[in-house]
Amino acid sequence: MKPCAFDYYRPQTRREAIDRLIESGDDARLVAGGQSLMAVLNMRLAQPRILIDVGAIDELRYIERRDDHLAIGAATTQAELLEYAALADELPLVAQALPWVGHFQTRNRGTVGGSIAHADPSAELPLCLATLGGEVVLETRRGKSRRVAGADFFQGVLTTARRPDELITEVRFPLKREGHAYRFREVAMRHGDFAIVALAADIGESEVRLGVGGVADRPVVRTLSLEGDLDDALNHLAWSLGAQDDVHASAAYRRHLVRELGRRLIVEAPTFEQQAVEESADARARR
Amino acid sequence: MNTEVSLRDEQSCSLIGKRQARVEDEALLRGLGRYADDLAVPPGTLHAAIVRSPHAHARLKRVAIEAALGLPGVRGVLTGEDVKRWASPFAVGVRQPMEHWCLAVDKVRYVGEPVAVVIAEDRYLAEDALDAVKVEYEILPALVDPEAAAGDRETLLHDAVGDNVVNDRHFRYGDPEAAFRTADRTLSLKVRYPRSSCTPIECYVVVGQYDAAEGGYDVMANFQGPFAIHSVMARALQVPGNRLRLRTPADSGGSFGIKQGVFPYVVTMALAARKVGAPVKWVEDRLEHLQGASSATNRVTTIDAAFDGEGQVSALCFDQLDDCGAYLRAPEPATTYRMHGNLTGAYAIPHLAVRNRIVMTNKTPSGLNRGFGGPQVYFALERLMQRIAIELDLDPLEVIRRNLVPADAFPYRCAAGALLDSGDYAHGIELGVEHGGLAELRARRDAACREGRLYGIGYCVAVEPSISNMGYITMAMTPEERRRAGPKNGAVSTATISVDPLGGVSVHVSSTPQGQGHRTVVAQVVAEVLGIAIEAIRVDVELDTGKDAWSIASGNYSSRFAGAVAGAVHKAALKVRTRLAAIAAAQWRVEQDDVRFAEGRVFTLDGAHSASFHRLAGATHWAPGTLPESEAGGLRETAFWTPAELTAPDDDERINSSLCYGFIFDYCGVEIDAVTGQVRIDRYVTLHDAGRMLNPQLVDGQVRGAFAQAVGAALYEEFRYGEDGSFASGTLADYLIPTSVEVPEPVILHMETPSPFTPLGAKGVGEGNNMSTPVCIANAVADALGEGVDPGAIELPLTPSKVRTLLGIDEPARPEGVGEEPADAAAGGGSKLTASDSVEIPASPRQVFDSILDPATLQAIIPGCHALELTGENTYRADVTVGVGMIRARFDARVELSELDPPHALRLSGAGSSGMGNADGAARIRLSEIEGGHTRLDYDYEVTIGGKIASVGGRMLSSASKMIIGQIFSRLSQRVSGGRVRQPLLQRLLGRFGKGGGKS
Repeated sequence: MKPCAFDYYRPQTRREAIDRLIESGDDARLVAGGQSLMAVLNMRLAQPRILIDVGAIDELRYIERRDDHLAIGAATTQAELLEYAALADELPLVAQALPWVGHFQTRNRGTVGGSIAHADPSAELPLCLATLGGEVVLETRRGKSRRVAGADFFQGVLTTARRPDELITEVRFPLKREGHAYRFREVAMRHGDFAIVALAADIGESEVRLGVGGVADRPVVRTLSLEGDLDDALNHLAWSLGAQDDVHASAAYRRHLVRELGRRLIVEAPTFEQQAVEESADARARR
Repeated sequence: MNTEVSLRDEQSCSLIGKRQARVEDEALLRGLGRYADDLAVPPGTLHAAIVRSPHAHARLKRVAIEAALGLPGVRGVLTGEDVKRWASPFAVGVRQPMEHWCLAVDKVRYVGEPVAVVIAEDRYLAEDALDAVKVEYEILPALVDPEAAAGDRETLLHDAVGDNVVNDRHFRYGDPEAAFRTADRTLSLKVRYPRSSCTPIECYVVVGQYDAAEGGYDVMANFQGPFAIHSVMARALQVPGNRLRLRTPADSGGSFGIKQGVFPYVVTMALAARKVGAPVKWVEDRLEHLQGASSATNRVTTIDAAFDGEGQVSALCFDQLDDCGAYLRAPEPATTYRMHGNLTGAYAIPHLAVRNRIVMTNKTPSGLNRGFGGPQVYFALERLMQRIAIELDLDPLEVIRRNLVPADAFPYRCAAGALLDSGDYAHGIELGVEHGGLAELRARRDAACREGRLYGIGYCVAVEPSISNMGYITMAMTPEERRRAGPKNGAVSTATISVDPLGGVSVHVSSTPQGQGHRTVVAQVVAEVLGIAIEAIRVDVELDTGKDAWSIASGNYSSRFAGAVAGAVHKAALKVRTRLAAIAAAQWRVEQDDVRFAEGRVFTLDGAHSASFHRLAGATHWAPGTLPESEAGGLRETAFWTPAELTAPDDDERINSSLCYGFIFDYCGVEIDAVTGQVRIDRYVTLHDAGRMLNPQLVDGQVRGAFAQAVGAALYEEFRYGEDGSFASGTLADYLIPTSVEVPEPVILHMETPSPFTPLGAKGVGEGNNMSTPVCIANAVADALGEGVDPGAIELPLTPSKVRTLLGIDEPARPEGVGEEPADAAAGGGSKLTASDSVEIPASPRQVFDSILDPATLQAIIPGCHALELTGENTYRADVTVGVGMIRARFDARVELSELDPPHALRLSGAGSSGMGNADGAARIRLSEIEGGHTRLDYDYEVTIGGKIASVGGRMLSSASKMIIGQIFSRLSQRVSGGRVRQPLLQRLLGRFGKGGGKS
């Protein structure tokens, strides 16, 4: 449980980080909070020769409200986001989901960008990003940057659209839309465990965007009509995810949760006030 | 000896029995603890890393160490050859030709079995060299299921035994056959108890040294005992006991039994030190611990009861099949026999039949674990008692009550020989019902059920054995074998008290505490007897077999501290006090009986004489000439204590397997979420009669700790194995230990019926809830699920998926063309992954077929293929880097094309290994012509993944395999259709100039 030898860099600016990344090529890995990578390094499942720590890049730590989205610097910790005062107003879905991201202690180190970059199929933040239709901002040499929609960014287990010479600099979540309700629900063995099934819903007047995490190899989002046969649509969604048996849950159980919890999430969604009360009580209980 | 002194009468303020905060805690909380890994090591100490088997069952063909020896900092590699030269196999508890060496010598028999030890200048360098030790295996079929293993004559773990069942014993007490024949009713229940463990924060630590001058070994290890194992280790090292000095540290990061299992590594690291001529340190990591340390045995029990219409049970029949894993490691099969004398639980059941079989499977060897044998027995017995109640339409608690050992029957001799020392079980139930609020709990259940919620109540009564009889282990032998081997019995405990020239009192106990607070209780006992302050006493809990008083029963197990060790301390303290009283009596010319000890002084009650404790005690050093003639001077007393009641098994196979038997009455209410299947413990009540409580605060701590672990066993924890024996619970994200959020606060109730057999009347209490709680929760879940559920299907851990499945998932049909048909494989844990998919390729089947057979194409389509070398017809050796995301490893692989049916079908198979693990798979490919002369390529694949990646990456393996295999065919499609596989610009340019040929 000791990593292979590697060179460690801790650049102070994104410019410096990107230069180092380009120079190092395939041998390098970026690390932020290290909540996934360090375990993988210790188990020697990854053996990079170079580690570039973006944790000291202050220009990547910010939360900014813009016209229609909340822009979060990639190195912002999950705890910092959870403490952002307007979170429940501006991003109610993320406010509900964040307490499910690991534990108090891991959120103090784990970053928003790191969770997006790691693309764990069970992770809550990628699920929220995909469900809300957010974007990932990537930057490469000479300040060249591009934006990738959340839905396209996650390409499979731990696999994203990020190219080896790109640094995730920002994650953008669209702000709450008037008249929409947002609900998050997760079933895990213990609080903070990898989700067996995680569901995120953006419920509009006539349709709902329902995201499912923990089942397929990436977050899967479907738009379901609230006027059609919801049960049919949910069953279709449940079967389309290619659920697998693992040590914690059977595939049939996962499909069951997608159908049953999905329906409850959509149909029985309470008002925002109820949600806020429930969630803050939940969050307190979990601490 | 228990009547020597009655402490409560003599002193008004009794320290024994008082709630006393732990003297250990301040140092631990301030980070001043000295754990095994913190202790200084000799200069020049080297560090070990262990090469472990990735396979569950394989013949060892070759272990090549040359490459490893050439790596930086590597000082040596210990292999099975060295072990055969310098050591012997470990002694085994049954008479069978089965060898267990500290490193594999002929076969490996479980994933994680040590094969070689790399010794280097630090742990990083040692781990760097692990992959350079090349081990060739010939893989054998693996046995995982105990029942299948018991019936298998083809695949054998230990060939010389000729059977995987290595011990099969039948017992009968009373006349069980007649009881079953004449009973009104009988009932049978088959249950399975899974593998789990009690997982400490601190894993194993060993520092081995070899003394070439004396030809002996000196080892520091966080071993917890029993020290009977010292003999096992010394014999394995081929040295007399006095040439194996074993030392244990003062502080422990937890054990709960499992630190017994460090003993094979004591031998391994002793030999490693001999190999390199320097001290060698090894610290076990979490993956090593979970996969290779030890586990409770999993058991399959068929239990039958004969009973009347009132629920009175006249006979029980146990058929127990214990899976001890790959080797029968000392003291196994103790798990099976620890409970033997008290198999009838808290009940007066006169007739009993037992069959015990020990089976070997390709799993980690089992060993000590808190509760040891108890959870398995009570899971069968108390599930059965609930079934009897249901069968007779009686209240389960009423059935329990009707069968209890009556209060006037103590000490009560159970059918199989346990002598239940004391108790009032019926009264315990009354107290529990009243003070635990059963009536309210029942009202809650009724209200919940009226609302259609799933709410249930479960009960359990148990006797909690403590201070085990060293003779019970010999029950695995026949009476004839036992006679030949000579009697084994007892449970010797030791304590030494010395008083230094300044009057300071030091106590040494050979109890190797693992966090329970022994130093606190020892100080309480000594302070009370000698009338001095707790703070003035220093308790030394390190054990050094080269210097300290110890015996085979020394150590920390079978909840022996309160009854046996504290008793020996009391005895030693009385010896010191008796000597000091004699000295004072002689000086003051008073009767010895008139001398009193309190508040740091020695005095007579009439106030005529008084001296400070330290002055009187100091005189034994400073002025021996002033002492009475009977006094030799100096002040150090060692007490040994063993109870007379722990006799060897008799010829009728009766065994008093423990000295004390506490009583537990538990009940709980649980609610099941009808949608998710999650089990919530609404209220848990646990009543304990552990005899006299020496420190109620510590007793509560023990109850809480055992309860937390039992909640884990009931709802979360299981060591999972794939059908091929691959281990699937290698991280704490796979093996789930409940945290403070998941463990509710139990309602803890006490009653005290002192044991007549221990010096202080105390009994053990540390393991009870590990025994009672899992089945109590299972009974509550069964009650909540209702009658529609097969009672035998209630298996631990009761995970949400399992519970919801028991309720029945009424699944709507799969819509046409969506997803895949579910595989037949049993849910979860399987390491064999199967799936199918298809791609359409804009080329004819003939073109596609020929392309696959073309080596250049093959190399191009295998993701991450650095080189492909033809080794035979359609057989290649490939150097491949495979992975997903940041997880990557370089595999040395074999690729083969076979079953060629041009241009319709073929089979592509591959197998490879890397430091990350091994993979073996095959895809059946079918080509069919579709519209436009194009090809539809269908493939079904099957992949088996083993080694480290299977242990730690379980939840992602299926998706990852699918992605990697999918890449092969999408690359094929691109290549055949002329679309390019993406290549870096430079390589494409080089390719154009003929320099990068074939690389992609």
